Amino acid sequence: MKQAEFLRTVLPFKDKLYRLAKRLLVSNEEAEDATQEVLMKLWSKKSKIEAYNNVEAFAMTMTKNYCLDKLKSKQASNLKLVHSNYKDENTSLQREVELKDSVSFVHEIMEQLPEQQKIIIQLRDVEQYDFEEIAKVVNMNPTAIRVALSRARKYIRQELVKKHNYGVS
Amino acid sequence: MELANIEQLIEKYFEATTTVQEEQELQAYFSQDNVAPHLQEYLPMFQYFTDLKTEKSTRNVPLQPRKNYLKWISVAAVFILTTSLFFNEWRKQEEAKQAFSDFKMAMSLVSENFNTGASHINYLTQFEETTNKIFITRNN
Repeated sequence: MKQAEFLRTVLPFKDKLYRLAKRLLVSNEEAEDATQEVLMKLWSKKSKIEAYNNVEAFAMTMTKNYCLDKLKSKQASNLKLVHSNYKDENTSLQREVELKDSVSFVHEIMEQLPEQQKIIIQLRDVEQYDFEEIAKVVNMNPTAIRVALSRARKYIRQELVKKHNYGVS
Repeated sequence: MELANIEQLIEKYFEATTTVQEEQELQAYFSQDNVAPHLQEYLPMFQYFTDLKTEKSTRNVPLQPRKNYLKWISVAAVFILTTSLFFNEWRKQEEAKQAFSDFKMAMSLVSENFNTGASHINYLTQFEETTNKIFITRNN
């Protein structure tokens, strides 16, 4: 497989890999590193790529595993990294400040979700995968995914309502 | 789309029984400007998901691994090493040749001077001849 051909297969979902990595690792830099790492691994296995019928799902699984490994090793070490890029400059919304605040509050709620639910929310609500595709990535059956997704969405709603009622910031 | 329908979709959404199309409809509804007041509380959530879609990776993929680069560096290193070794060897030989020719020149100078010195020794035989002549006449 030539470089141009590889790029043509990989580039359409490169941003998806990056977004998934960012959801899990939080930091922009680490997410970029993870994306790069996964793509390099894919490139080194380029001869086998044709054998996979769904390169995107495969790459997403690789990203997921890479990020979970990263998180595990981070928890094991004594060093605690604090990332402060919660406010994302890339998002170009022309709405009022209040809305911006509650949007970043959703981000904080997302941070509290367990990794598995984070991945499912990311794949469903951002990348709009259907349940079969998600099943390939997270290795769960569709019913379990549906339950986890519902739980995650309800958790976000519950926290939002809490904030709405008490004005907690 | 009418409000009742949206409310129904939201209910289904939280049970995670909506299809991808229905969720797209919901997101479209929440990204337009007139959202019903009692649905405002869901706005940040959908807004957040819509925002996340715009995130893009900015780094390019370096597809040529560094291995290649290292290989060429080692090739260059080996080349430099061997040529410098050969050059050193060759220079040593040249130095030896030079020293040998210098020595030869010096020795030939010595021998030349020695020969001119030796030619003067011939005069010593002259002494002997004359003294012999003298002694011979006296003895006779």
